Amino acid sequence: MTKLILRKLGWALVTIAFVLLLNFFLFRVMGDPTRLLKDPRLTQATIEAIRVRFGLDKPVINCFESLNPVKVSLQACAVNPFETQFSAYISNLLKGDLGVSFHSQRPVADLLGERLWNTILLIGAGQILAIIIGVTLGLFAAWKARTALDYTALIASLAAWSLPTFWLGILLLFWGSHYFGLPLGGKETIGSGLAGWGRLVDISKHLLLPTLTFTLVFIGEYMLIMRSTVLDVLSEDYILTAKAKGLTTFQILKDHALRNAMLPIVTIVALNLGFTVAGAIQIETVFSWPGLGLTIFEAVGRRDYPVLQGAFLLLAVSVVLANVIADLLYTFLDPRVRLG
Amino acid sequence: MQGFWQAFKRNRMGVVGLSMIVLTIFIAIFAPLLAPYNPKERVRVTLDSIYARPSSEHWFGTDDAGKDVLSNFIYGARVSLTVGFFASFISVVIGGAIGLIAGFFGGRIENLLMRFTDIVLVIPDLPLAVVLVALTKPSLMNIIIVIGILGWTGTARLVRSQTISVKERKFVLRAKAIGAHPLYILRKHIFPLVLPLMVANTVLVISLAILNESALAFLGLGDPSTLSWGQMLNFAFTRGAMSSGAWWALLVPGLGIVWLVLGCTLLGQGFQQILNPRLESHHLQKSEMIALEAANG
Repeated sequence: MTKLILRKLGWALVTIAFVLLLNFFLFRVMGDPTRLLKDPRLTQATIEAIRVRFGLDKPVINCFESLNPVKVSLQACAVNPFETQFSAYISNLLKGDLGVSFHSQRPVADLLGERLWNTILLIGAGQILAIIIGVTLGLFAAWKARTALDYTALIASLAAWSLPTFWLGILLLFWGSHYFGLPLGGKETIGSGLAGWGRLVDISKHLLLPTLTFTLVFIGEYMLIMRSTVLDVLSEDYILTAKAKGLTTFQILKDHALRNAMLPIVTIVALNLGFTVAGAIQIETVFSWPGLGLTIFEAVGRRDYPVLQGAFLLLAVSVVLANVIADLLYTFLDPRVRLG
Repeated sequence: MQGFWQAFKRNRMGVVGLSMIVLTIFIAIFAPLLAPYNPKERVRVTLDSIYARPSSEHWFGTDDAGKDVLSNFIYGARVSLTVGFFASFISVVIGGAIGLIAGFFGGRIENLLMRFTDIVLVIPDLPLAVVLVALTKPSLMNIIIVIGILGWTGTARLVRSQTISVKERKFVLRAKAIGAHPLYILRKHIFPLVLPLMVANTVLVISLAILNESALAFLGLGDPSTLSWGQMLNFAFTRGAMSSGAWWALLVPGLGIVWLVLGCTLLGQGFQQILNPRLESHHLQKSEMIALEAANG
């Protein structure tokens, strides 16, 4: 058991190391990030200062002056390995320093820290609702397999799966703002001066449509997984036994079907994290919800590479960590693995 | 093959999906004949022609530049189909090769390849695609390559598991026993049996590629020289369709994406039902006995 956990943690570390390398080399192979700074307000001296600040005047990694264009030099080989851009990148990361935004000149770590919680709030609310509704629908669809209810639910979830997330968001935004007077975006009404309860209501109003979008996008998948798992479970012989013992349908569904089908749901939640992040980027962009996704969108538009790099790193590492947690949870929940 | 086609014709989902895709391909090919206006043509923009309501002249209204939405929509089908087919081709070739090699050779090679697949699988696709396209030039070619090289992990896992199950069949073991070359076995015996599942999977990869392209375009990372459905939505959304109440500019391109993706999803589901028939009845159903009797009698 301990060995299993250690092995899983080990692989998570390897994955994170891969993400760190990818994040570093992507932004170097594609060129010196400051080369892309085209803001006329920046003087040559400022750009040079930024280069020194980020250590971009040093060789990328030993023997390589730069990776785009590839410049190899003996002089760069002689450099102390702790004086390269790569070592600076790693040591800054260890200090929690993600660099400074080109756009706002603020530390990237602070920017992302502010917005992380908004994303967690949005994803959390959307996922919890989607899981509860999806699991319930899936259970009923499997129980009533091959009936009109089942087919309707099946077609509806396939259709929901085919909706581009951002488009569903746009439609809901259009509908909600035109007919129900819901806010057009943001996290709260700016300058409303609301506090306490009033502010909470205001934030909830802003959160309503993005959460609804999130929920609708993900219900279908949970429903489909739940349906197929429960179908498998219900054709097991122990269900026939339970029926023969005289258990009610409700008892069988609750104690046998639901319990056994929860394991795949945990796996799917973990596997879905990538899609969840993709959904967050799109939904936050549509609703101007100030989270990490909106940060990525804004950083792309402003060519703000330190922010883009930092946000990608944070998202990727969070997904890897969440996967490990789900994996360990799975190990813990499944008695075959836990005791075996 | 004959048997497959017979089974396919009876699968309603698959037939509906295939017709939806064929119709879209037809529209894309004959776009110049079907579109009432040429999107590349310069139009004189007046205040009235911006976000004009649907009328007999412009069935689906006009967009922010006074262009006919229906014509843009018809031409947009070309972009989505191009990206879908080429990107999924890249994905399926990479994923298929990795899956076949890992499944067939096993051992250390398999371990290494599948570990790599797991790592790529965990890294969230869309943020990485956004970073890659933002760092390169957002041309159609780059978008295809980026979506292609990020979308192969599912195929690799599927092909690997299918290869492993085929590898243990008797005729493969016999071929091995009489000394057939591994590459010969791979080509003649294993690949033909993995192929159907790969085709079914390809359709789903296409739908994902189309969704990814539209998301990238919506985020402002589309090819500026081609107008895809995602880009139409990006323009409408960022250029005031919401406040002008121009629902047509927001609705129509999205319907195209849904139509095509739904077609692929239905076709993929249909294929999977044929290739991998599941038990669709169980012990809590009243009809169970009837079904059993029907099966036996």
